[in-house]
Amino acid sequence: MAENAFLKEVAEKKYEYGFETEVDTEILEKGLSEDVVRLISRKKGEPGWLLDFRLEAFRYWQSQKQPSWGHLTLPEIDYQAISYYADPTRKSATDGSKEIDPELMKTFDKLGIPLEERLALSGTAVDAVMDSVSVKTTFRERLAEKGIIFCSISEAVKEHPDLVRTHLGSVVPYRDNYFAALNSAVFSDGSFVYIPKGVRCPMELSTYFRINARGTGQFERTLIVCDDDAYVSYLEGCTAPMRDENQLHAAIVEIVVGARAEVKYSTVQNWYPGDSEGRGGVLNLVTKRGLLKGDDSRLSWTQVETGSAVTWKYPSCVLQGDRSQAEFYSVAVTNNFQQADTGTKMIHLGRNTKSTIISKGISAGRSQNSYRGLVKVGRKADGARNYSSCDSLLLGSHCGAHTFPYIDVQNDTAVVEHEATTSKISEDQLFYCNQRGIATEDAVGLIVNGYAKDVLNKLPMEFAVEAQKLLNVSLEGAVG
Amino acid sequence: MLEINNLHAGIAGKEILKGINLTVADGEIHAVMGTNGAGKSTLSNVIVGHPAYEVTDGSILFNGRDLLAMSTEERAQAGIFMSFQAPTEIPGVSMTNFMRAAVNARRKAQGKEPLSAGDFLKLMREKRKIVELDAKLTSRSVNEGFSGGEKKRNEIFQMAMLEPSFCILDETDSGLDVDALRIVAEGFNSLRRADTSAIVITHYQRLLDYLKPDVVHVLIDGRIVKTGGPELAGEIERRGFDWIKEEVGL
Repeated sequence: MAENAFLKEVAEKKYEYGFETEVDTEILEKGLSEDVVRLISRKKGEPGWLLDFRLEAFRYWQSQKQPSWGHLTLPEIDYQAISYYADPTRKSATDGSKEIDPELMKTFDKLGIPLEERLALSGTAVDAVMDSVSVKTTFRERLAEKGIIFCSISEAVKEHPDLVRTHLGSVVPYRDNYFAALNSAVFSDGSFVYIPKGVRCPMELSTYFRINARGTGQFERTLIVCDDDAYVSYLEGCTAPMRDENQLHAAIVEIVVGARAEVKYSTVQNWYPGDSEGRGGVLNLVTKRGLLKGDDSRLSWTQVETGSAVTWKYPSCVLQGDRSQAEFYSVAVTNNFQQADTGTKMIHLGRNTKSTIISKGISAGRSQNSYRGLVKVGRKADGARNYSSCDSLLLGSHCGAHTFPYIDVQNDTAVVEHEATTSKISEDQLFYCNQRGIATEDAVGLIVNGYAKDVLNKLPMEFAVEAQKLLNVSLEGAVG
Repeated sequence: MLEINNLHAGIAGKEILKGINLTVADGEIHAVMGTNGAGKSTLSNVIVGHPAYEVTDGSILFNGRDLLAMSTEERAQAGIFMSFQAPTEIPGVSMTNFMRAAVNARRKAQGKEPLSAGDFLKLMREKRKIVELDAKLTSRSVNEGFSGGEKKRNEIFQMAMLEPSFCILDETDSGLDVDALRIVAEGFNSLRRADTSAIVITHYQRLLDYLKPDVVHVLIDGRIVKTGGPELAGEIERRGFDWIKEEVGL
């Protein structure tokens, strides 16, 4: 009775960002081969060393098999049925004008990401990436005054080749895993950030990723280098149109943190999750890792994961510098047939390093939500500390929550703590809210936001409000 | 105000209420007393719309509206409030956020704008005083870590915030010491307007001494078998229910 009504509502739930932009897009023919890799590199006018990097990665990828250890049922991916390059800015490129197609500007406006600086959110610089190409990066000049580089990675390859060459693949080598190899071979655009020594970045930097073209994959690559004593807060957002087919998104984010420097990286991931029957949706297969290279460096990953049909992602930290500190805060929401296998890796190498993991999984519908995390303490990491807390909240009785913690400690002085809970929203709680006049959906929102607030509080303010709304939309009608 | 006609209801296929007739006029307080398992809690749960209970026959009109056709939250928004016997804990949700959602849901149903954060916190401060509720409690999660007495006070505090026109006090006196009972009862009395009506479910005279019901009903085996004035409560306190059972031939 009531359950059916709810299920129906879930089915009718709208994904707000599911529209498609009509724009003249140059799409590479489907298929993947060495020639395609060469073609991508040529289109981007890349130097020889980068083409070599791509080709090595491609050959390695060919020798590997898609991993199957995740608690996921990955649909078979036909890598030859995907186009690896889609450029929606072709029109301006061919007629030589510097103007951005107004359709593209409109798209980002609609997503709430105005690209005209006078309209922009105060205090946030944006790199807007659609399909394989960066459309525009705002506030570049103002940031350049402080020596900060914020541009697309394609531009960085041309304008700052030494910086890119030094750091690209230094945190996530192409041999790291199957999808990292794929990305290294065919990566298109993404953002590049360099914060020079001693500079505190005066505004939030953000990249907004949008998949638009049909039959394509997105392979973005982001590289953030924060030099000694510098600071930056970086935000990432993503959406895609509603499609019956699965779309592949295999990204790499690498972060290098210098001595006494601090990087905060926040993600609100809202790729199209597929429909209520589990058709379509983005396959989000991502490798994110930060190297806390210098002593006393700090890095935090904060992620709110509500989208994608499949999420496979473990933003990780290598705590190399002594006394370096790393944090991972995550809320992962799955509804309908969504699957998430996400968590982190904290690799303690330096002395007196400290890491914190706070993970909140929320599962509804028929979804599967797994936390997978590794805490590793190396032989030399005297005094390393880790605290992990993994909570799961179940909405309804057809979903699953799983926790896979791996702990590998090779140093006797280390202290590693792990706590985990699983809870369910009870009928009694909902009835209590209903009796106070609060409708079930609002009650679920209230309870879920209360449950996730330790993580949401870590997000920059503008983002926290968005994330809160997103949690409510994602779980609309999810209680049966 | 509230008019119950020939109400048959139960849970999990078992009939518990076997034809209840009860009319509560504006401003009246009705006490419902009865033995354990007589159907007192079923009656309150059916009035507020607990989804586990099924109504098989009869009707309930609330200010002329068909109550049984309304959802649980619509009934609450229309002014029906229940003080729970065992209020549920909701970890992670602060009393402040919870009450704000409830107050604004009610205001929305009345076509009013939601209260600003400032006005809302001011209202909280005012109403808290009525039941002498500690400021610390409203910053905690809903009912989490509250003592039995604090939970009951918190129920009356919520009533103060929501200003209902019809209240059900479901064994509000259970588990309360004498002082807490006085605070809760006096809180309720000070919140009553001339047209506020209530059904008070209780086993004991104590609470009724404060609330001074207009009518007392005795519920046995799903039926109201006897109705009288306030003196009936005193008689039950002295003599129990057996004489009533004998009188009606049960």
